Amino acid sequence: MADIDTIQTVEALAGDKYVHGFVTDIEQEFAAKGLNTDVIRFISAKKNEPDWMLQWRLDAYERWLVMDEPDWAKVSYPRIDYQDLYYYAAPKQKDGPKSLDEVDPELLDTYKKLGIPLREQEVLAGVQGAPRYAVDAVFDSVSVVTTFKAELAKVGVIFCPLSEAVRDYPDLVRQYLGSVVPVSDNYFACLNSAVFSEGSFVYVPPGVRCPMELSTYFRINALNTGQFERTLIIADKGSYVSYLEGCTAPMRDENQLHAAVVELIVLDDAEIKYSTVQNWYPGDADGKGGIYNFVTKRADCRGDRSKVSWTQVETGSAITWKYPSCVLRGADSMGEFYSIAITNGRQQADTGTKMIHLGAGSTSRIIAKGISAGRSSSTYRGLVSVHPKARGARNFTQCDSLLIGKTCAAHTVPYIEARNASAQLEHEATTTRLSEDQLFYVMQRGLSQEEAVQLLVNGFVKDVLQELPMEFAVEAQKLVAVSLEGSVG
Amino acid sequence: MLDIQNLQVCVADKPIIKGLSLQVPAGEVHAIMGPNGAGKSTLSYTLAGRNGYEVSGGSATLNGEDLLALDASARAARGVFLSFQYPLEIPGVPALTFVRTAMNAQRKARGEPEISAPDFLKRARAVAASLKMDMNMLKRGLNVGFSGGEKKRMEIFQMAMLEPRLLILDETDSGLDIDALKIVSEGVNALRAPDRAMLVITHYQRLLDYIRPDRVHVLAAGRIVASGGPELAQQLEREGYEKYETAA
Repeated sequence: MADIDTIQTVEALAGDKYVHGFVTDIEQEFAAKGLNTDVIRFISAKKNEPDWMLQWRLDAYERWLVMDEPDWAKVSYPRIDYQDLYYYAAPKQKDGPKSLDEVDPELLDTYKKLGIPLREQEVLAGVQGAPRYAVDAVFDSVSVVTTFKAELAKVGVIFCPLSEAVRDYPDLVRQYLGSVVPVSDNYFACLNSAVFSEGSFVYVPPGVRCPMELSTYFRINALNTGQFERTLIIADKGSYVSYLEGCTAPMRDENQLHAAVVELIVLDDAEIKYSTVQNWYPGDADGKGGIYNFVTKRADCRGDRSKVSWTQVETGSAITWKYPSCVLRGADSMGEFYSIAITNGRQQADTGTKMIHLGAGSTSRIIAKGISAGRSSSTYRGLVSVHPKARGARNFTQCDSLLIGKTCAAHTVPYIEARNASAQLEHEATTTRLSEDQLFYVMQRGLSQEEAVQLLVNGFVKDVLQELPMEFAVEAQKLVAVSLEGSVG
Repeated sequence: MLDIQNLQVCVADKPIIKGLSLQVPAGEVHAIMGPNGAGKSTLSYTLAGRNGYEVSGGSATLNGEDLLALDASARAARGVFLSFQYPLEIPGVPALTFVRTAMNAQRKARGEPEISAPDFLKRARAVAASLKMDMNMLKRGLNVGFSGGEKKRMEIFQMAMLEPRLLILDETDSGLDIDALKIVSEGVNALRAPDRAMLVITHYQRLLDYIRPDRVHVLAAGRIVASGGPELAQQLEREGYEKYETAA
């Protein structure tokens, strides 16, 4: 009956519905295959890095060599041969200043297809009400262009590729890079520290409210190439910034490794809102191909009354291993985590958050919604830890899982540690199946089966979707619908 | 209007409806009464097009169109509305959003333009007032945390908004106290119209004091075993279903 249909439809559709799966045909320059100190020196030289940065990388590489790949997550994949990957790929282009007119038309066309606005005047002259936000467009290992840099500079906001910041703002980078996610924090973060290629750098000066949304758009294109982006955002005292990252990749039969590090530093009374719409290629219906998304994201709420809000919509990747976390160091600091993780086909996701309460009066809030369909598996893994000095710390956690069909799985693994008796911790969790009863009820009112699933799922994720910046909420809602197309027969 | 001929329905390969014939002309209200297990809910689910209710013989047409060939949403677009015995909860979807989405889906299927937001709200306010419903209730997740009576009232609200042709009320009186029963019945009676047919499915005669049927049918062991006027309901209340169960 419905369940056999479900499986068949999912298998038929899982791989085909990915609309960003095209490959850009462009001449690219690669580092030699494999990983060794020569490759690291090559990457560093390509980026014109100062010597301290190279030493930092080489040090990370030494440490990585003696580390073991973690195996505690509820995901399974064949061993990765780290010598069979490329660690640097960049579109070939002439040296010198990059104005948009000098950028390869193939690249511009790629971003046009993806719907990413790169021409400021087009954004400015765009249709009335069109979103206006600054973009750093990263293609494999390099940044293609960063928009609105000049306008942002007027209010003192620095928004540029990290490699540029290493050269132009070395003091800021040296002070903060690796201060939230130490070099040897974990296997993938350490690898990233050795070979990171591109990412964004943001600095918001004291008291400045960033006048527009900032976003970075990551595109993996090259074959057998790992992407190791690194993002560093600093919100100085009393400042505010909202940042969004989006990601897509071509459909390929080979798995591709993506091991990113994101560090956020928030000082007194500052706030960072960080949103992710992750739509890496998930692989086909049989689990062939797709991105391994092994990412370390952490925010350090260093200042008193500082605040970080993570919002993520995770729909892509073959495997997701990701726990955006908050270290709530400042007094009365606040961390939030809102997550929608959708798995379909053979996708596996092990995702959640860590809220480390160090400061007195620190509070955190976790709303995680997992949706599993097809033969996929979704795990929420979260830690709420209250340290002895965190008097009056509070946390509220809500984890809801929705199952579509009978061949998927959902798991919830919460860890809770309270070492201060005044802490108040609440945890709520539910697991429900999208029922035939509900579907029939909605269809009886006139909705087709696809529309009925969309309506039910949108209701389920509403609490999280409304946390996204308005410009992206509509997009995310569509993505949720597309990801689950054909999930019910 | 509704014409059912020799309908046979199996659920999980077990015959439940075994040759049922029934005609409900436009403008009339017919009651189906019967003991538990007679096939009352199976009949309503079959007419509404639920998966798993396999029609093994016979026909059911609405205004001459074969209902059984259509899926549930297509039947809804042609005016079939089932008021559920146990309405479902839809978390995160406010009742107003739900009804508007449904209304526009039906309109789209019929090739009609969508209703504008102001027109929709105006109508929703008027219908809510007639059912003595608080607008705030319509802004919360559909049926989430509602009492049995509130859920039934929400069914009638949806019915009044969607203006169906064939209304099937499945055990609408269950779980209602006497005040709620009055309000719900008034809501249903207000929907009586020359171009509408209603099928009121109930175990007890009580509901029929408020919604007066033109005809009453007794359903037992998957067949209509007796038909009559409203007085048949009174008789059933006095004598019970026993003689029909043995006859069937």
